[in-house]
Parts: sequence; C-alpha cells; structure tokens
Amino acid sequence: MTPSTIELPVSAADRRVATLAAAAIGLSLAEAAIPLPIPGVKPGLANIVILIVLYRHGWRMAAWVSLLRIVAGALALGQFLTPAFVLSASGGVMSLLTLAWAMHLPRRWFGPVGLSVLAAFAHIGTQLLVVDLWLMPGGSLLGLMPLFLAAAWLTGLGNGLATAHLLQYGEPHKEAAPT
Amino acid sequence: MRPRLKGLLPGDVLVLALGLAAVAALWRHQADSLDGRVIVRVDGQIAAQASLRLNRSLSVTGPLGESLVEIRDGRVRVAADPSPRQLCVKQGWIPPGGAAVCLPNRVAVENAAAGYDSLNY
Repeated sequence: MTPSTIELPVSAADRRVATLAAAAIGLSLAEAAIPLPIPGVKPGLANIVILIVLYRHGWRMAAWVSLLRIVAGALALGQFLTPAFVLSASGGVMSLLTLAWAMHLPRRWFGPVGLSVLAAFAHIGTQLLVVDLWLMPGGSLLGLMPLFLAAAWLTGLGNGLATAHLLQYGEPHKEAAPT
Repeated sequence: MRPRLKGLLPGDVLVLALGLAAVAALWRHQADSLDGRVIVRVDGQIAAQASLRLNRSLSVTGPLGESLVEIRDGRVRVAADPSPRQLCVKQGWIPPGGAAVCLPNRVAVENAAAGYDSLNY
C-alpha cells in the first residue's frame, strides 16, 4: 500500500466539529427510529447538540455542525436530495439565521429555552412555507399550521430545557478545552 | 464567553408566552375559518359565502332564475332551483368537502368544511 501523497492537515477545530456533528447525526438517526403519530412532527433532538455548540463554541461552529448533520444524516437515512432533505435543509438554514440574530439578545434575559423555541418556530415555519409554495402549492396544509406550531413550541421547550441542563451540569467535551 | 445559566430566564418565559399566544390565536382563527363555509358560485364567480353555523337561506340568480340555498343545523343543500331535471336539489344535503352543481342555472354550491382525509392530509 502506497502511502497517500496528499496530506490533509486536520486542526483541533476540525476534529471538534466532526465529533460534535457525529453526536448530532447519532441523535438524528436515533429519533428517526421513534415511531411518531404525525408525519413531520419530530422532537429534533440534534438541536440540543447545536445549541450547546452555539453556546460553547459560537455560531460558526454551530452552523458547521448543523449543516454537516443535515447532509450526513440525510445520506444515512437515504433522504439525500429528496423533498425531505430540502425541507430539512431549508428549516436548518433558517434556524441558524434565527439563532445568529437571537444569540445577540441580552444573555441576562434570554437563555437556551428562548433560543430553542425561536429556532423551532423558524424551522417549522420555513418548512411549512416550502411545502406550501413548492411541494403542495394550493394544498390545505395551512390548516394544520396550529398543530405544527404547537408541536414546535413543545419540542423547542423540551430541547431548550435539556440544553440548559447540559450546559449547566454536563461535562464539557474533552476537546472543548481552550486550545 | 460562558453565560451564567439558569433553566428559565424572563426572556424565555416571554418567548414561550408569546409563542403560546400566537399558536392559540391561530388555532382559534383556524377553527373559525375552517369550521364550515358555504361558497356559492354563479358562472364560476363567487356569488355568496356564508358560515355553516348560522341557519339561513341564500338566494342567487342564474341565467334561468333564482336558486335557493338552505343552510340548516350545520348542513347545506340546494332547496329550490329552476333547472328542469332538479339534479342538484335531489342530491340533498351536501357532505363536507362536497358540492352540488345546478348546471343549467350555472350555480355551484360548495360545502367547504375542512374534512381531512388521506389526500389533503
């Protein structure tokens, strides 16, 4: 076996992104196995990881983890480039943009729960918009909007509380030590 | 930058409350708007709209004359119509999501109640 002539330098930050993205992907796969009564309503557990990354490592890192999670998670579930992937990606991007804005809210007043709920609303709102405009134009999907928003409220609250708990009591990741 | 964290901060409560209020308002609005509307069209143009909740009679005028639409107890039907074969009158009460068409008089009555089925779901 010839040794590779191409050396890809891997920085500590790369490793950290990869590790955290792997955690997010793991959660995505795990929740895909949970049977849920209504298609489209998912707990979005991977967002816990993303919120923690946002708090510990900043927005750029969170964006990396989120986008890697979306692409790799879709590949693993066989959804890459399907409508489900487009929904996932559009919701993810809009959540990230919302977080980019929401993270500048005063920290004294707004914690992980608020950010989580805002991101969840942005996520489901964008997805409903995409479905309404692109997948099922003219469909009566908006009639289901209260249901989806209520679900987003609940999952946002749950994920936010989990994030707050982990940020407060969880062990920081080994590689998360200042480098 | 590690912020001091507690489970719920005042802003979070505010976001939660606003979110809940928005969902509740939307839910009520949705329930109102989807809880049965009757749409009456003449020549494809919407001639009258009404709620299924209120008992009333609507009369619309087509090329042959007057058609009478009756809304009673959350149901709707064409009560009278000048069409020769009376198909839309004989059709009786219109099921949710259904429609009765009085073709000669160019009148269509739609029961636009939200009936979720596997198709529109």
